[in-house]
Amino acid sequence: MLLKETFSRPERLKLYWKRTLEEMDLLGVNSLGIVALLSLFMGAVVTIQTKTNMDSPLIQEYIVGFAVRQSTILEFSPTIISLILAGKVGSNIAAEIGSMRVNEQIDALDIMGVNSAGYLILPKIIASILMNPFLVIISMFLSIFGGYLAGVGTGIVGGTDFIQGIQSDFDPYHVTYALIKTVVFAFIIATVSAYQGYYTSGGTREVGVSSTKAVVYSNVVILIANYALTQLLLI
Amino acid sequence: MIEVKNLSKSFGSVQVLSNINAQFNKGKINQIIGKSGSGKSVLAKCIVGLHKPDEGVVLYEGQSFHEMDTDAQREIRQRIGMLFQGSALFDSLTVMQNVMFPLQMFANMSKSEMEDRAHFCLKRVNILDKDRLYPSELSGGMQKRVGIARAIAMTPEYLFVDEPNSGLDPETSILIDDLIKELTVEFNTTTIVITHDMNSVMETGENIMFIHKGQNWWQGTRDELMNSDNAELNEFIFAGGLMRIVKKVMTKDPHALD
Repeated sequence: MLLKETFSRPERLKLYWKRTLEEMDLLGVNSLGIVALLSLFMGAVVTIQTKTNMDSPLIQEYIVGFAVRQSTILEFSPTIISLILAGKVGSNIAAEIGSMRVNEQIDALDIMGVNSAGYLILPKIIASILMNPFLVIISMFLSIFGGYLAGVGTGIVGGTDFIQGIQSDFDPYHVTYALIKTVVFAFIIATVSAYQGYYTSGGTREVGVSSTKAVVYSNVVILIANYALTQLLLI
Repeated sequence: MIEVKNLSKSFGSVQVLSNINAQFNKGKINQIIGKSGSGKSVLAKCIVGLHKPDEGVVLYEGQSFHEMDTDAQREIRQRIGMLFQGSALFDSLTVMQNVMFPLQMFANMSKSEMEDRAHFCLKRVNILDKDRLYPSELSGGMQKRVGIARAIAMTPEYLFVDEPNSGLDPETSILIDDLIKELTVEFNTTTIVITHDMNSVMETGENIMFIHKGQNWWQGTRDELMNSDNAELNEFIFAGGLMRIVKKVMTKDPHALD
């Protein structure tokens, strides 16, 4: 029902577009810092762990770069970053909409004749779907770059070997798979969190409860969707 | 004119409103009064369509609101202005943007026309100099004024006001009451005020409805209210010493408050 309301015809497209741009800034651009930091360290840790777990002299060094690229593109960037965004963006969405509910601002929209679900939720869904893939692509680059810095910086992997590793056996479909996952996860984060916020009742305590539920439920649904999509798209 | 016929509403096993019948007249301040928890806010929410009644109908100029399709309901709502108890201003928008919001959504106006209209509404409630501030930077009384300015931006036919004086000092309360009275006459609106503030009732009440135990217990004018022998109504109205003095004065001179 809420989704039907959300996707019904907007009253003023121009206003919705303006709100979408604001949400892209709030949900996407404002998340750039945490995504960049996390990705750099994630890549660095994967490089060190991969290298320290390679005991056999038969395994060539370029495998480290290969492992970092594969784990980053297939799993770490789309899934871990989405889980982090579920925490940051999901709680923000639920708290904002929940506060509007308990302060009667949503009632005010309804009484004016505004489709409150569409006005509040649709721009967030569109913004998440448009921005999260960009964040994940940036995360992929930074994670691999973080791996390179850690490998070369500590001297455990040669720069040439690492670059050879990230170039070897590259399958572009893996990026497509990662971006499909990201778009689905973005939809999950925005809708689950908005639902929790929209149906908040009570006071500020309940806004906190909705915010927590938004993060937990988004994470659980993302994990289940991750498994389902992997089976559908990779096997 | 708004009519309510045989309206009942319950939440789970709790019957909040039962068989309410009422008529709210155009160009008048219609008040719904009653103790906290008596069901007056639920009645107001049923009238504006935020709650669906279990039984009965709400008629706007003879048309049943809850039997309309969503588009028709939205069209009616665009003719409703509402001031909420907590003002319900949008936190992320300035005073000016709050007042312009319904215009941007529904009015076919240029930006300068919208600005002119918003300025007119803000000037009408004497708060034009605060147009660049955010709601959090305003006092409770100022927020109420901005709420009223937003409510009248679309020149509503129906004005709903929920507890206009809650949290306000007596002087500001009188200003808000006067403003509602003036706007009702100026725009010829069907105004419905939900209140338990007796000052407000004595100052502005023209058609007063007393809700008790979820029922329309009593309905009449201010003069009829002063002379009513309804025990529950008298217990509610004259609970305070001041109101008992007012009754004594008005019994001697019915026009003492005019």
